[in-house]
Amino acid sequence: MIHARGLSRAFQTGRGRSRSEVLAVAGVDLDVAEGEIVGFLGPNGAGKTTTLRMLTTLLRPSSGSAAVAGFDVARQPVEVRRRIGYVSQSGSTSPESPAGEEVLAHGRLYGLDRRRVEARGRELFEQLDLHGMWTRRSRDMSGGQRRRLDIAMGLVHDPGLVFLDEPTTGLDPQARANLWEHIRALRDERGVTVFLTTHYLDEADALCDRVLVIDHGRIVADGTPEALKAQLSGDLIELELADRGSTPLALAVAAAVAGIGSAEQDGPLLRLRTPRAGRVVPELVRALDAQGIGLAGIEVRRPTLDDVFLELTGRSLREEAA
Amino acid sequence: MNGFWHDTGIVFSRHMRRSLRNPLWVFIGLAQPLIYLFLFGPLLEPLAGALGTSNAYTLFVPGLLVQLGIFGSLFVGFDLVAEWRAGVIESERVTPANRTSLLLGRILRDVLVLAVQGVILIGVGFAIGMRGSLPGMLFGLAITLLLGAACASTSNAIALSTKSEDVLAPLLNSIALPVLLLSGILLPISLATGAPQWLVTVSDIIPTKHIVDAIRIVFSGADYSLTVLWGSLWAAVLAAAGIWFGTRTFRRENA
Repeated sequence: MIHARGLSRAFQTGRGRSRSEVLAVAGVDLDVAEGEIVGFLGPNGAGKTTTLRMLTTLLRPSSGSAAVAGFDVARQPVEVRRRIGYVSQSGSTSPESPAGEEVLAHGRLYGLDRRRVEARGRELFEQLDLHGMWTRRSRDMSGGQRRRLDIAMGLVHDPGLVFLDEPTTGLDPQARANLWEHIRALRDERGVTVFLTTHYLDEADALCDRVLVIDHGRIVADGTPEALKAQLSGDLIELELADRGSTPLALAVAAAVAGIGSAEQDGPLLRLRTPRAGRVVPELVRALDAQGIGLAGIEVRRPTLDDVFLELTGRSLREEAA
Repeated sequence: MNGFWHDTGIVFSRHMRRSLRNPLWVFIGLAQPLIYLFLFGPLLEPLAGALGTSNAYTLFVPGLLVQLGIFGSLFVGFDLVAEWRAGVIESERVTPANRTSLLLGRILRDVLVLAVQGVILIGVGFAIGMRGSLPGMLFGLAITLLLGAACASTSNAIALSTKSEDVLAPLLNSIALPVLLLSGILLPISLATGAPQWLVTVSDIIPTKHIVDAIRIVFSGADYSLTVLWGSLWAAVLAAAGIWFGTRTFRRENA
């Protein structure tokens, strides 16, 4: 659905002598297959929104190319626009206008006739839990309802690919979980490909088949949330020994178990790093037992995407979002 | 071309609905010229002779009409900034709609609102004693609408480029006030009525002065002179330039 190669965008900043060029996006390659839900992560200023604006034809790339829904964003923007939906962070409707009127006008700009737009719009309102909201002004809606209205606007022409820019920012946890359900249903029931940017790692973890991380205008990681976590940090196994005197022996035994990357002592605990804790724990316990080393406790900690993010970018997403 | 008019119609009807939901704005826009008409107009009555006319209101209403056309239309950009903040502009721009239609649909609404306001202003003028040629008044209104289209288009273009009320307000005021005064909207600027030579020279550069002069002549029902031709031409040129500027801005990417 999306194939970008060397996609770049430079901005001019300053005036006169201090004029300089800033590369907001510096050669992005990315591919999104039909039916995928892909999360696009990055700190503020990493190039997320600029990339999204290029893919949605709102901004012309400085160099490189992108084919979206089968058409080139620079040469055939109108064909791209016909086939994609875009749900921006800033909303899509006038606060004083009845929601249904805005949906009608929006759908008709796609060249669809009024009756078809209205039927589809009302159907979307039902699916997105906006019962009875057709004549309500978006000013009088809750934040979650407004966001679902934006999604209805983005879907009224039945696009095969939809871009969501930070869809759950500013929503309470319940409204977020509810929106995730709706986004999953888009793909599961309608086969829509979803490309979303997010600040929230738990969102990427819970919702996305695949995660792309962008930093300083470049893609720095690409994989399933599971693969990223395993590849970059690995799981942490913490052992508490029954007898601290057996620590040196335990370290040697643990280091000999296949799949354990590193083993070190940390006070009363032994910390072991491994890509896959589930695979090595049984063997580790057997090996320790064979040497007569008793355990007082064993704990496995999975890395979060936040750990991954910190390792990749040197920044924590949570700080950025705060 | 079919798609162009189709898209323009959708944008126009969307904005027309918004205006009809808040018809009060039509009257708020009229407040300023009506206040001038009622509070300043009577002061002109005894001066009619000195200004070279028999009816002070036939002289004054055309000026107010142009004021309405300039001021009302220059400030439509504020609505665009508000819509941009609400995300409406962006969501229009990801549709395949014609970019020029997104501008033109808005301007058509602005021009229609101006037409309604203009008819009311002329009607009120009649009620308090203005007399003249009715076809001339319609012609004058048409010239005003061209000027309004130019101002509305320019205002939308500046609004889309700056996206900020804080920039828009001082910028538009700094254009509108000198233009209004130098166009001789309150009192005609002419040597015949005793204006100093330098002021006449400066005001001659302002296209809207010629437009005001032209509308005054057609309102009075006097024989059409070269002034009328100049004024009409200027209005047409300004409308073309304004719409060209607006269209260019709307077509430009990342606007």
